[in-house]
Amino acid sequence: MENNAPVISVKDLTKKFGKFTAVDHISFDVMKGEIFGFLGANGAGKTTAMRMLCGLSIPTSGHGKVAGYDITTRPEDVKRHIGYMSQKFSLYGELSVKENLKLFSSIYGVSNADFKKRSDKLFDELGMNDMHNTLVKDIPVGWKQKLAFASATIHIPEVVFLDEPTGGVDPVTRRKFWELIYKASSEGMTVFVTTHYLDEAEYCNRVSIMVDGHISALGSPTALKNKYGSDTMDEVFRIIAKDATRSD
Amino acid sequence: MSAAVKITGLSKSYRHIRVLDRVSFNVEKGELFGLIGPDGAGKSTLYKILATLLTPDSGEARICGLDVVRDYKRLRTHIGYMPERFSLYQDLTVMENLNFFASLFGVTVKENYDLIAPVFSQLEKFPNRMAGALSGGMKQKLALSCALIHRPDILLLDEPTTGVDAVSRSEFWDMLSTLKENGMTIMVSTSYMDEATRCERIAMINNGKILAVDSPTALVENLDENLYNAVGGDMFGLLSRLKTLRGVVDCYTFGATLHLVADKNFSADETVGLLRNSGLPDVRIYPAIGNIEDLFIKEIRNGK
Repeated sequence: MENNAPVISVKDLTKKFGKFTAVDHISFDVMKGEIFGFLGANGAGKTTAMRMLCGLSIPTSGHGKVAGYDITTRPEDVKRHIGYMSQKFSLYGELSVKENLKLFSSIYGVSNADFKKRSDKLFDELGMNDMHNTLVKDIPVGWKQKLAFASATIHIPEVVFLDEPTGGVDPVTRRKFWELIYKASSEGMTVFVTTHYLDEAEYCNRVSIMVDGHISALGSPTALKNKYGSDTMDEVFRIIAKDATRSD
Repeated sequence: MSAAVKITGLSKSYRHIRVLDRVSFNVEKGELFGLIGPDGAGKSTLYKILATLLTPDSGEARICGLDVVRDYKRLRTHIGYMPERFSLYQDLTVMENLNFFASLFGVTVKENYDLIAPVFSQLEKFPNRMAGALSGGMKQKLALSCALIHRPDILLLDEPTTGVDAVSRSEFWDMLSTLKENGMTIMVSTSYMDEATRCERIAMINNGKILAVDSPTALVENLDENLYNAVGGDMFGLLSRLKTLRGVVDCYTFGATLHLVADKNFSADETVGLLRNSGLPDVRIYPAIGNIEDLFIKEIRNGK
């Protein structure tokens, strides 16, 4: 892929369930290395949109390309070229740190040689060298997060989808996680992230805010704050989301 | 005021892990009290003990003067408990759920309707909808109505706003404020630090230990840190630079700015000069006012 081609490109993407239009003609591009914050009120259609982008749900109409593959015609290729992490399910507690990483690595078809190289580097960088054989259920939440992120990116995907990765996490761990996101992005990985913490919206290069199936606002945090005359993304979100008529 | 909840030296372990470590605090009658801490801090275990669903290993907890272990049967009519996970009957309708909980406690919906009205009014439109088919926000309102219908002396709400967007969260807190004004005692837990300001007093909990108990204002006033905002250029680049500088105790992202905790050797002017001369021309550093999140970060840094 060319460096300046969008990693995610969506045009009029729509998903209907019966008469209900969950996602209604959304369009946007996400560029390589960008941290893109995908915000919205409960029930706005974020999860449905994200499922389509991950190749898990076929759009009713509209087009989308993720990591170079059409999400309607080649969802299996999409799945192979992305990473996904959620706060709720990420790791197997009864497997060791290394086994978890190896499992994800095998699922994505990473060769043994590449796995060795990458996992050695990762364990070094994350400071987890003495934890290889520790069961994941016995490690603290901060380490679990780092490992979940490492597992979701062990195959070096072009884009990683993070679904509320920091929900319920303590303020120190939450911030360390964002340093990890930032590092990945500075190395060229595209990051697509949802969150309910609006301070985290400030750390994104660009943010979109969904309301009732539409994208109601899209831009850099600075541009959005200027546009709505607010000092914080929290205020911007409240101004935009207060008119929502749907909830999940 | 007298204590509605009195917790003294409460401890609980699961196998070798100490989930609650000598927890003590009181909740006064009529108070809106917050228990603030991350996942895994021990909040839900404490709620289960207060709701008489778990027994502590040691220590004591009393609600309305009744002991959570010895007097558990009598105590249950005094509390309205809303657990973290939605626990109503999904295949009963809105009214069936409400009537069911009323009948469990030998009351009728009619006689206590005034109490739930501020919460239940939005659900009146669809009395016959299955609870399982309600939206997240509506489920939450129904669960709160069911916890209130027997007119308890105290409401125990365990993370009612988890996974809820910012606008709905603030609506939920408005409801709690209304209930409080009507005289209800409320103990509510959350992992959202910003919700602390909606409480009269809070207890901060981490790793099973209470870090501090006071009003959010008093806690922040006593933060006692030399705190600055830092902005300018690429946020994470600036962050990693600042962390290496002399006089900087800690530096972390804080929304649109960085918060910098300085020791007494720190000079903002000198630091700005240094950074401006080394490729960061737009840097500004100016005093910051801390909040509960800064306090939490401080306590974690100090190994609590």
